Amino acid sequence: MKSLFIFGGRVVDPASGFDGRADVLIRNGIVEAIGSNLEAPGVPRFDATGTIVAPGFIDMHVHLREPGIEHAETIETGARAAAAGGFTTICCMPNTIPVNDNATVTSYIVQRARQVTKVNVLPIGAITKGSLGEELAAIGSMHEAGIVAISDDGRPVMNSRVMRRAMELALAFDIPVIDHCEDLNLSAGGDMHEGAQSVRLGLRGIPAASEDVMVARDLLLAELTGARFHVAHLSTQRSVAMVAFAKSKGLKVTCEVTPHHFAITDEELGTYDSNFRMKPPLRRDRDVEAMIEGIVSGVIDAIATDHAPHAGSEKMQEFERCPFGITGLETAIGLSLSELVHTGRIGVVRLVELFTTGPAGVLKLKQGTLKPGGQGDVTIFDLDHEWTYDAQQSCSKSKNSPFDGRRFLGGPVATIVAGETIWQRGS
Amino acid sequence: MIALDQKMAPGLLDIEHLERSAIEQILDRARFFQPPPNDSYRRLESLKGKTVVNLFFEASTRTRISFEIAARRLGAETLTIAAQGSSVSKGESLVDTLNTLAAMRPHAIVMRHAASGAPHFLARHLKIPIVNAGDGTHEHPTQALLDARTILDHRPSLAGLRVAIIGDIAHSRVARSNVHLLSKFGAEIVLCGPPSLLPRELADLAPGVQLSWDMTEAIQGADVIMMLRVQLERQHEAPMSSGEYFRFYGLRLEHLNFAKPNVIVMHPGPINRGRELSSEVADSQKSVILNQVENGVAVRMAVLERILS
Repeated sequence: MKSLFIFGGRVVDPASGFDGRADVLIRNGIVEAIGSNLEAPGVPRFDATGTIVAPGFIDMHVHLREPGIEHAETIETGARAAAAGGFTTICCMPNTIPVNDNATVTSYIVQRARQVTKVNVLPIGAITKGSLGEELAAIGSMHEAGIVAISDDGRPVMNSRVMRRAMELALAFDIPVIDHCEDLNLSAGGDMHEGAQSVRLGLRGIPAASEDVMVARDLLLAELTGARFHVAHLSTQRSVAMVAFAKSKGLKVTCEVTPHHFAITDEELGTYDSNFRMKPPLRRDRDVEAMIEGIVSGVIDAIATDHAPHAGSEKMQEFERCPFGITGLETAIGLSLSELVHTGRIGVVRLVELFTTGPAGVLKLKQGTLKPGGQGDVTIFDLDHEWTYDAQQSCSKSKNSPFDGRRFLGGPVATIVAGETIWQRGS
Repeated sequence: MIALDQKMAPGLLDIEHLERSAIEQILDRARFFQPPPNDSYRRLESLKGKTVVNLFFEASTRTRISFEIAARRLGAETLTIAAQGSSVSKGESLVDTLNTLAAMRPHAIVMRHAASGAPHFLARHLKIPIVNAGDGTHEHPTQALLDARTILDHRPSLAGLRVAIIGDIAHSRVARSNVHLLSKFGAEIVLCGPPSLLPRELADLAPGVQLSWDMTEAIQGADVIMMLRVQLERQHEAPMSSGEYFRFYGLRLEHLNFAKPNVIVMHPGPINRGRELSSEVADSQKSVILNQVENGVAVRMAVLERILS
């Protein structure tokens, strides 16, 4: 348990409403005080002048590939990429081999994470056994072992009756059901968003309706059951509108968006570069605009990366043969700053919310605030440092980023967990 | 949209990014390579010492042979590799296969592949010129060039012509290449097929494109009718009851009355008589299907010469 005195920065803590020049004192891993003229003799000092000092950022949607797919990523390398991207807490999806559908796998992930990283790794359990969509997984015992939500991410539960039962059971443990909303019959065989660009490129389409149909179904089931329901990585104009409607009706519904879905469109696929291949697919301008409006209006609760590492050999193939997914941990803050803050769409406080109180609220986590008494997890970032992302230098084992070579203005400066600086720019 | 051709080794990846002037030059040069009536082709030496590898990951007879003959008539050596029986079937990746071939220093690779964009993907990783001989449901540039050459053998220019393209447009690389080419020259293009084979976004593919679900309407006043094969192998489900397809989208003699009197009927082949067009149409005076095959060699000679010399 380390101590650290962070001085000279602009402290932004949405949970307490604090925003101003202040110092943060972390003693023995715990936030002791925020204020000016704090005295901390003998405590190591961190000069945060010119930067923003925020609660540790949370990425509620990552794939760490361990156990089973360690050639693409491990808990250790994924967590290192998280730290390099400014995240102190990450929630890992259950589509490992074996699937995290029982307490043994959950415990393995929790224990392994303790051994290899300081980053808080919070597992998400499967909804159904093997994520096959048929029989409910051991949700109660996984909850005891440490899962914070359930999801069959990537292999959505197609059977509405099974989904209903899952939502009902999740009520008992007060955890949200997270759905990757995709009607697999409508999207079957698809390579990219269905529209003018897919027709032009001769690639098979994934219609927006394949997402919208499932969002609609799940919202109706959330109303039926009263469950906490969270839409993963929504990407369409209609999805945002439906979530807004459900929220206005008082349903316990939340949603997240990835940086790539508010930053780029399907126009990027002209070179058949598989680093632009993911689910949901990159959509149209109007969808990107709807994502940004959802962020501005508050309909969207969180930004999550859906960090999905794939080994180079898997991505160096014909477009239609490549697996879906891109890495995202190291570019999330940079993209959010360039597309949301520097464009004047949102301010810094809202940005911090999307990475802290937003996801913490969805998952009812204790993280996401700098209130004294809590763990000293801090993300320090700036708004004006010019840098270029080099995927080959990534801390992740995989390099499948569409943002390789992109220039950014502002990004993470340091990542601090329980008072210990686990990553710092330039070191 | 990035102009792929300009960024990479000079090959021929698609018509969409090919300049109108380049198309004109190829079509002009192809006329030079057309055989004189009742005579055999001239034998040329302009590509002597060059090696062209034909790499066909998808079954093809006419395109493969056409490229082989074109290369040989220009004095080049050709080597044809079919995917079956090659290292591809042993699990080698596409990039490795191409790298291996490139290490043997051919001067160009002519490639057909079932995946859209496969030649574009390779062109980003290899320095050798690649000629796209058909990629998935994307483009088939030399087919559009030979179709244009064939039309120009029967009409003074492409501008203002009404061209009806009928059939499985959604899965047709021939249709996409033809739309881009004809549009660049100011033709009016009507795409026609059952709704699930005719995505409405096709109307935005290029200027001058209209869509129709009605064959009679599409053929009205047409100068050219291009029939496409129904690509059963690319479909997950039937767009309509199979018995009904020919009834609503098959070309029969009586349809030709709606077109211009001097209409020509084209088909990229292989034709399925009784499926997308009747035998009577295929064998009629209006059919220029065999001219297309003949022009295939001439156009591919022009393309190879342009890329290799």
